[in-house]
Amino acid sequence: MFHTKARAGAVTAITVAVALLATGCAAATPGGGDAGGDGDANLAITFVPKNLGNAYFDTSDAGGEEAIKEFGGTYDEQAPATGSPDGQVSFINTLTQQGVGGLAVSANDPTAICDALNEARDAGVKVVTFDSDTDAECRDIFINQATAEGIAKIQVDLITEQIGDAGQIAILSATANATNQNLWIDLMKEELEANHPDVELVEVVYGDDDDQTSFDKTAALLQTYPELKGIVSPTTVGIAAAARYLSTSEFKGKVALTGLGTPNQMRDYIEDETVTAFALWNPADLGYLAAYAAKALIEGDITGAEGDEFEAGKLGSFTVGENGTVLLGDPYTFNADNIADFNF
Amino acid sequence: MAEPRTYKDYSRPLWRRVLLTREMAVIAALVLVWIWAYTQVPYFAAPITLTYLLLDIAPILLMALPMTLIIITGEIDLSVASVVGLSSVLLGTLHQGGMPIELAAIIAIVVGALAGALNGFLITVVGLPSLAVTIGSLALYRGLAVGLLGTTAVTDFTAAWKDFAKSKLFGTPIPTIILIFVILAVAFAVLLHFTPFGRGVYAIGLSPEAARFSGVNVERTKFILFVLSGAVAALAGIYFTLRFGSARGDNATGMELGVIAAVLLGGVSIFGGRGGLHGVIAAVILIGALSSALRLASVTSDVINIITGALLIASVVSTSVLAWVRRKRIRPGGRKTGSLAAAKG
Repeated sequence: MFHTKARAGAVTAITVAVALLATGCAAATPGGGDAGGDGDANLAITFVPKNLGNAYFDTSDAGGEEAIKEFGGTYDEQAPATGSPDGQVSFINTLTQQGVGGLAVSANDPTAICDALNEARDAGVKVVTFDSDTDAECRDIFINQATAEGIAKIQVDLITEQIGDAGQIAILSATANATNQNLWIDLMKEELEANHPDVELVEVVYGDDDDQTSFDKTAALLQTYPELKGIVSPTTVGIAAAARYLSTSEFKGKVALTGLGTPNQMRDYIEDETVTAFALWNPADLGYLAAYAAKALIEGDITGAEGDEFEAGKLGSFTVGENGTVLLGDPYTFNADNIADFNF
Repeated sequence: MAEPRTYKDYSRPLWRRVLLTREMAVIAALVLVWIWAYTQVPYFAAPITLTYLLLDIAPILLMALPMTLIIITGEIDLSVASVVGLSSVLLGTLHQGGMPIELAAIIAIVVGALAGALNGFLITVVGLPSLAVTIGSLALYRGLAVGLLGTTAVTDFTAAWKDFAKSKLFGTPIPTIILIFVILAVAFAVLLHFTPFGRGVYAIGLSPEAARFSGVNVERTKFILFVLSGAVAALAGIYFTLRFGSARGDNATGMELGVIAAVLLGGVSIFGGRGGLHGVIAAVILIGALSSALRLASVTSDVINIITGALLIASVVSTSVLAWVRRKRIRPGGRKTGSLAAAKG
C-alpha cells in the first residue's frame, strides 16, 4: 500500500515540477507595433466579419486585402464559424492581445461586442466597423454602404430608364412593416413625383420576404395590370422570386424588373435577359474603404471626427460625416457587363 | 476453471486504477496542452489569456455540472442552451420593465428550474425518452425566447452589473464567476460522490431496474437532476447576458453541443453508469485552452473546429480501443465470458 501511494505521489511531483519548469520558460510575448508597415505605424489590420464561409464577406474582405497590399500593411481575417456575438468577442480579445494595429469589424450585435472593442481601443487598436455598425461609442469610424436616399434614387433611375420614363410601374416589397423598405418606398415616391411625371406607381404589394409569396404576388400584379411596364423590388428575396416568375412567363422582355439583388441570385436572369440591371452596393469597395480608413486612423491622419478627410486609393478622397460615419457612395449597378466579376 | 479466481486476480493495483483512468488521461492532456501553449504560443502566458479563457468557458463549466449527472443516469438534456436564451430574455425584459436586476435574476432562475421541471415531468411521469423530450424543449424554449424579444435586444443594464460579470477575484486573473462555479462544483461533487443520491445516479445509469429494486427512487432522482439542469442553465444565462450586456433570444445558440461534447470527452459514458466531475471539468478547460491557444496562434475558426472535433472523436475511439486491449490482456485466449465482460464494461 505504501509503495503504491509513494508511486502516485512521485507522478504528481513530476507533473508539478514540469508545470513549474514551464512557468519559468514562457513563450516570448512580443509587444505590438512591429507587425507591418515601415516607420512607427502598425499597419497590421485584421478583418473580423460576422462569420467565415459567407460569400458576401469573402468579397468585402478580399477588397480589404487588396487595399492593405497596396499600402504595404499586413492583412488577416479572423471570425467565428457561426455568426455569434460571443464568438466574435473571443477573436477580438485575441487580436487585442496580439497587438494588431487595426480591426475592421462587421458586428454580430451592436452592444455585445462593445466592451471587447473598447478594450482593444484602450490598448491602442483602431476600430473601423463596416456593413453592420456597433454603438457609436465603441468604434472610431463606421463605413456606411449606402444612404436611404441613394438606394431610393438608383432604383428609380434604373426603372425609369428601362421603361423609357413613361408608363405604369409597381413595387414588390418585403413585409408591410419593414422599416428599411418603407423608408425607401416613400423616398422613391417623392423622387418619382418630382422628376418623372409620366411614370405612374399603380400599387405596392408585399411578398413578405418569402419566395413563394413574392412569386405569387408577381403573378397577381401582371394579371391585374395588363399595361404594367415595370416592377421594382427593393428586397433581394422579392427581386429573385419576381425574376424567376418573369423568366418563364410571356411577360419576359416586355415587363422590366429591377431593384436590390445579389449577383449570385440574379446571375441566371441577367444571362437570360429577364433583367438588364439591378443595384446593391459593392462589398469589395466596402472592404477596400474600411482598410484605408483603418490605415488613416493608425497613421494618425484622422481621428474619426466629423470633417476629417482621408485618401482611399482608387476610390478617391472621403470625408468623415456625423457620428464618425463615412459613406461609401452611390449604390453599385450590376449588369451583363460586370456581373461576372462578382461572387456573393 | 480449476479453482475460482479471487477479486485480486481481476483488479489492477491501486495506482493503476487511480492514474490509468479516462479522467487522468484528460487531465494529462490538459497539462500537456497547457505546457505546449505556455511555452510555444505567443501571449498565452499572459495573465489576461487566463481571464479571457475562463470568462469564455464559464457558461459551459456551469452547465456541464448537472449535465454530467444527467448523462451518468443515461439521460441527456439538449435544452440547456435554449434555457440560457430564455433566461437571458427574461432578465432583459423584466429589467427593462423596471424590475431590479436581482429580482429579475431570481425569477429567471425559477423559470429555468420550471423549464427543467417540465422536461423532468415528461421524462419521468409521462415516461418519454429524454432525447426526444429535450429536442422538443430545445425548440420550444428557444422559440419562447426569440418570440418574447423578436430580433431586438435589451442592452440597458447598469455598468455595475456588467462589470461584476467580468470582475476578477482580489487582483488575480481569475474571474468572479469562477468562484461561483467552484462553489457549485464542490456541491455537485459532494452530491455525486458522497451521498446515497449520487450512488443512485450511478446505479440508474448501470441498470435502472436493478437500481429500482435496490430502493433507488429512479424517477425522483432524474426529475431533480433536470430541475437542477434548468436552474443552472438559467444562471449561466444571467452571466452570459451581463457579460455581453445584451439580452437576446438567440444568445448561446448551439452551446448545448459544447457542453455535451465536453462531458463525453471528460470520460462520462453516453450509455450511463460511469464518469466523474473532475474529468469533465478538465475536458471543458482542455477544449477552451486549445481553442484559445489556436486562436492566439492565428489559426482560423473552421480549422479550430476541425481540431477540437477530431480530438473528441479520437478520445471516444481511444476508449474503445483501450477497452478492447484490456479485454485481450485479461483473457489472452480472447474467449469472452459474459460476467467478466459485463463487470469490466
